[in-house]
Amino acid sequence: MSLLKLTVNGKPVEVDVPESRYLAEVLRYDLGLTGTKIGCNESECGICSVIVNGRPVNSCIYPAFKAQGADVTTIEGLDKEGQLHPVQQAFLDHGAVQCGFCTPGLIMTAKALLDDKKAAGERVSEADVKVALKDTYCRCTGYQSVINAILQASGEDVKPYIPETKTPHRTVGRALANPDSLAKITGRAMYTDDFCFPGMLVGRTKRAGLAHARIRSIDTSAAEALPGVVAVLTHKDVPGRKNHGLVSVDWPALCYDKVRYAGDAVAVVAAESEDVAAEALELIQVDYEPLPVVNDALQAAQPDAPIVHEERPDGNLLKHIKVRKGSIDQGFADADVIVEKTYRTPMTEQMFLEPECSIGVPKGYNPESFGGRVDPKAERGIHFQHDKTTIYCGTQIPYLDRDQTAAALGVANEDIRIVAALMGGGFGGKEDIAAQIHVALLAERTGRPVKMLYTRAESLLFHPKRHATVIRIKTGAKRDGRLTAVEAELYGDGGAYASLSEKVMTRATTHASGPYEVPHVVVDCYAMYTNNTPCGAFRGFGVTQSCYAVESNMDLVAEELGMDPIEFRRVNALDVGGTTCTGQVMRESVGLKECIDWLEKDMRAHHEENGTPFQWSWADGTKRYAWGIGIGYKNTGLGGGAPDKASAIVEAWVEDGKAIAEVRTSSAEMGQGLPAVLAACASEELGLPYEQVRVLLGDTDHCPDGGPTTASRQTYVSGNAARLAAKQLRLILATAAANKLGHSAGELEFADGHIVCNGSRASIADAIQWAQESGQSTKIEHEYWAPKTQPLGTGGDMHVAFGFGAQAALVEIDSETAEIKVKKIIGANDVGRAINPLTLEGQIEGGIIMCLGNTLTEHFVTDQGAPWTDVMARYKMPSIKHTPKIISRIVEHETADGPFGAKGIGELSSIPTTPAITNAIYNAVGVRVYSVPVDQDSLLMAMKAGEKECLMGWGDFEPVPSVPDRILVSAEG
Amino acid sequence: MAYWKDYYTPTTVEEAVAILARYEGKACMIGGGTDLLLEIQQGHRPKMDALVDPTRIEGLQEIVEEDGFLVIGAGVTHTTIVNDERVRSRGTCLVESCGVIGGPQVRNVATLAGNIAHALPAGDGTIGTLALGGEIQVAGPDGIHWFPMEETFIGPGKSTVDAKQMMIARIRFRPTGDQEGSAFRRVMRPQGIALPMIGMAARVQLQGDVIESCRIAIGPASKVPFLAVETMKFLAGQPPTSDTFAKAAEVALEEVQLRTSPHRASAEYREEMIRVQLPKTVAKAVERAQSGQAVPEGVGA
Ligand SMILES: Cc1cc2nc3c(=O)[nH]c(=O)nc-3n(C[C@H](O)[C@H](O)[C@H](O)COP(=O)(O)OP(=O)(O)OC[C@H]3O[C@@H](n4cnc5c(N)ncnc54)[C@H](O)[C@@H]3O)c2cc1C
Ligand code: FES
Ligand code: FES
Repeated sequence: MSLLKLTVNGKPVEVDVPESRYLAEVLRYDLGLTGTKIGCNESECGICSVIVNGRPVNSCIYPAFKAQGADVTTIEGLDKEGQLHPVQQAFLDHGAVQCGFCTPGLIMTAKALLDDKKAAGERVSEADVKVALKDTYCRCTGYQSVINAILQASGEDVKPYIPETKTPHRTVGRALANPDSLAKITGRAMYTDDFCFPGMLVGRTKRAGLAHARIRSIDTSAAEALPGVVAVLTHKDVPGRKNHGLVSVDWPALCYDKVRYAGDAVAVVAAESEDVAAEALELIQVDYEPLPVVNDALQAAQPDAPIVHEERPDGNLLKHIKVRKGSIDQGFADADVIVEKTYRTPMTEQMFLEPECSIGVPKGYNPESFGGRVDPKAERGIHFQHDKTTIYCGTQIPYLDRDQTAAALGVANEDIRIVAALMGGGFGGKEDIAAQIHVALLAERTGRPVKMLYTRAESLLFHPKRHATVIRIKTGAKRDGRLTAVEAELYGDGGAYASLSEKVMTRATTHASGPYEVPHVVVDCYAMYTNNTPCGAFRGFGVTQSCYAVESNMDLVAEELGMDPIEFRRVNALDVGGTTCTGQVMRESVGLKECIDWLEKDMRAHHEENGTPFQWSWADGTKRYAWGIGIGYKNTGLGGGAPDKASAIVEAWVEDGKAIAEVRTSSAEMGQGLPAVLAACASEELGLPYEQVRVLLGDTDHCPDGGPTTASRQTYVSGNAARLAAKQLRLILATAAANKLGHSAGELEFADGHIVCNGSRASIADAIQWAQESGQSTKIEHEYWAPKTQPLGTGGDMHVAFGFGAQAALVEIDSETAEIKVKKIIGANDVGRAINPLTLEGQIEGGIIMCLGNTLTEHFVTDQGAPWTDVMARYKMPSIKHTPKIISRIVEHETADGPFGAKGIGELSSIPTTPAITNAIYNAVGVRVYSVPVDQDSLLMAMKAGEKECLMGWGDFEPVPSVPDRILVSAEG
Repeated sequence: MAYWKDYYTPTTVEEAVAILARYEGKACMIGGGTDLLLEIQQGHRPKMDALVDPTRIEGLQEIVEEDGFLVIGAGVTHTTIVNDERVRSRGTCLVESCGVIGGPQVRNVATLAGNIAHALPAGDGTIGTLALGGEIQVAGPDGIHWFPMEETFIGPGKSTVDAKQMMIARIRFRPTGDQEGSAFRRVMRPQGIALPMIGMAARVQLQGDVIESCRIAIGPASKVPFLAVETMKFLAGQPPTSDTFAKAAEVALEEVQLRTSPHRASAEYREEMIRVQLPKTVAKAVERAQSGQAVPEGVGA
């Protein structure tokens, strides 16, 4: 231990700490300044940035003693006496805060830039912002709002970019900050790792490291003997159900017979310190018999492939999914032009910036027996009682975490409580069980709280990703441009466990003919088990993959027909009255044609501004430019016959004379802005100012089940639940007020916190009191059921609604290096109704940039089950310098059953970007890319050789099979 | 997690070397730690008992002019280099090469000494310094001596400067003068690791209408940061025309050893980039030599 003296946020501090400390550790764990976040611990993401002697540094790898005597500023030092720093205010105004996990890093880096520029007497330009924030990542926002916010804070006149939408109601339709944004910009927001319980142990997981092997024996004796180790658990210590899983229960909490991917958990350890826990892992001896590895979905389907789950009747086939419409032979006989191609997409990684973290607290835990109290700084109304096994974690599905943990522990569901902390992003990657079961087991075994925080490397290794796919697609059309047939065959790499593969690949399948009216369709999808990291949910849910294939083929067919790509799509676009490939007749809310119109208008407007006539492609020196477009759609809600419901409580009370309403539901906020939607719905119905509505999410003991936060469903289902609960509450208040005011309840108007009628007026606070005095409860729970849907293959409504979107990308390619820049994206989205245009725009921009990453930068590279992508530095997501100018158009074709007409939007914008960009690349240089992410190396070689096809994406080991033949003879028996 | 035990910030070079000696191979030098600490954390290097940080050694946090050299101390960060007017105008390719390393947070702590000591064939600052004719001052058990930096590279990531015994105390180069200019360019890909597909730097001395002499560094083009000696010889005495530059690229292609690095660049792509970028790099250095003006490009890109 040595004495470290610093000035932190203007105050001198002295701490006695080991010299091996990093600055981030001192700030977070020794000084309790948890506003500084850790996303990677490898100097890659920049979100741990703090300012040391005037300069931003990555505190995660900054040795604390390097800072001896230094002046350190953290996010907690920015707001002074309740007055926000201009950067903080600007982030709030521009909606540049979503999950908030990166926000302290972005703000500190931006502050350093502004301070520098101010000292030099210079203005801040967009280019300056891009240089300063180049290595400070945000996975949610897409950066446009961040750039605008920083420019505003620097004194430029930059208004928040909010697309035009319908005239707002009282609250719904207005651009309002998410209720939790203030906590996020000041560093007060609590994520799981920010919680610290007295007596807490460090938990770690022993992972297989081998992709496929039989376990002969596990010896934990040496680890158990290590001083400081409190417990070592293996499968023998799982008292209840050995496996978990969201759809199929096939994923061992701790492996017992085999390991099926390198990230499989074999044992868990709880120890007094991180160092001891790490050493203990090394001491656990597992004797394996290595087995041959299933490398990918195509190999998995070969008759002689090794089998991942021997007990399954269908070998490695996880699910064969079929779509049949019309007569495919007829369809191709009718076609004048047929194009058949094979495309490939890689496994990709959500890269939420907050690695998984879970804390298990044992039943009956009393902090005082460890000489402490729980830090009361938590602001979110978290109830710190522990009368049952409690798990704090970031999760997309709190109730299923609870039920799966209970099953593993062999206890009743009600004996487990999940408290969802704020989540630093999820994007689908926090739906499956991570360490929830492990920490519960360890906490109950040790009688102490146990925290498991995954390192970035472990997070990468462990959690389910986006399916790698190989998609053969054959598209037929008549001379006049009408599509006649689509036949597609998809292979999806589901990895070692089922996770959500079946659902995801179903979505890929049912969306594989695109948002078009196609009379004859055959789609076969084979989701396969392999020895890769399991694949599951990731924003876009399978549709991102199939849309790339569909829309690439659409451009090829248009070219064959000599037809304008926009016109070709317009001719075929679904409209009201149209029928999807699953036989669903669209009765309402199909704004696709309007989206397509926007693309055309905005592309033309771009050229008008530059005084040039519209053209698809042009050259300037060594640079080639072109537009490309992509169209997509995405279901809202679970659909396919799954019961889709959500419950919400709305409770009203009076606090300091003011009416307060709180919405409670166990759905998850991961940065997508759900609290804003729920608060708006309740505020609208109750006529209560938005600021007087609170939202509490994801505590299974206090919030009813909102169902999974997936399938772009929460605005729709939980939004409806909140709205309908609030509506019932209003009725109660109206009745109470009607008696007092002498009017009938139906005559009363609720607005701005008041109830008015013909000149008489009362505050809602009064009405709450009156209702309570008359013995009425002002707490309403409503269970909302989405309209019934039909299973795939039975025709009818497979989904309650679809969002539609169209995007155009303008790319620049250097003809000498094949370096690619996306200069502009125009995105038009039919969202039904924009409940909050600010958070909506955040979803749209973030989705676009994420899908830009899918096209140009992202590939979780793995070979023979051994991931090459083992650190964040090997997985580049788009940084601020990749951010194009985004033009966003909102189309609002309301859907009758959505809250105020709204549909889901969380995934839609992350779907058509890939084909828009690859189509643009083709238009620019004449080379079509059949495998993403685009590899500039292979692209350049194709350009040089005058080839029209680029069959290697970055990270690929071999070219896409270009033979337009059945990829394999059916994998199914 | 503890990856080292003791952290030293000595105030003299002698003290630093003495600490290293005392730990007998269990201590090593650290600059910003942006390579070192990641390698230790990721298990590519053993944990250390002690780290020795030169950034508080008197005089080593500065860039000074001495005996006709610009001298950069071991504690000097890339940010300091990028902001230094003297280096910007008279060691332009160094600013351009240090200016593309990482983002501001990395450049605010990472040092040129660390970049050179790491001895990667494509270390950007290394390539920039090599083209300038950089020398390094090494302090160790054998005293303190200056070496032309190219003499210290022995393999990928391997240098005769053993950071467990020795330290690079200073780096120096003769600033470009009259009719002299330098330039650096690199080609990156947006995926994978933060090292260039290929990078190169040139320092050109004109004599009226001909190139009098020239230094060219390319990386990765060999097992060590590569000085393109044959290309340098070819260029000496040639007129600075586009034809010359194109021929120079062909000469360079004869002498480099290009490899395919998985997930980074193919040998074919690198070859093509030498053909495209080398003429541009030399041309830029020539343009600066002719105009006497140099504004660094691409910093922070
Ligand atoms: C996000 C990120 C991006 C990066 N991008 C690039 C890039 O684009 N191009 C590039 O070239 N590099 C890049 N790097 C690598 C790294 O930042 C640079 O190589 C940097 O210059 C290393 O300097 P340092 O001071 O941090 O070295 P350290 O990590 O401290 O040390 C590196 C090595 O040098 C030794 N050493 C350090 N100082 C001395 C000394 N004075 N004497 C003797 N030995 C010493 C150490 O023992 C160690 O072996 C990047 C790193 C990160 C994290
Ligand atoms: S850079 Fe420090 S946490 Fe990522
Ligand atoms: S808001 Fe930036 S990562 Fe979520």
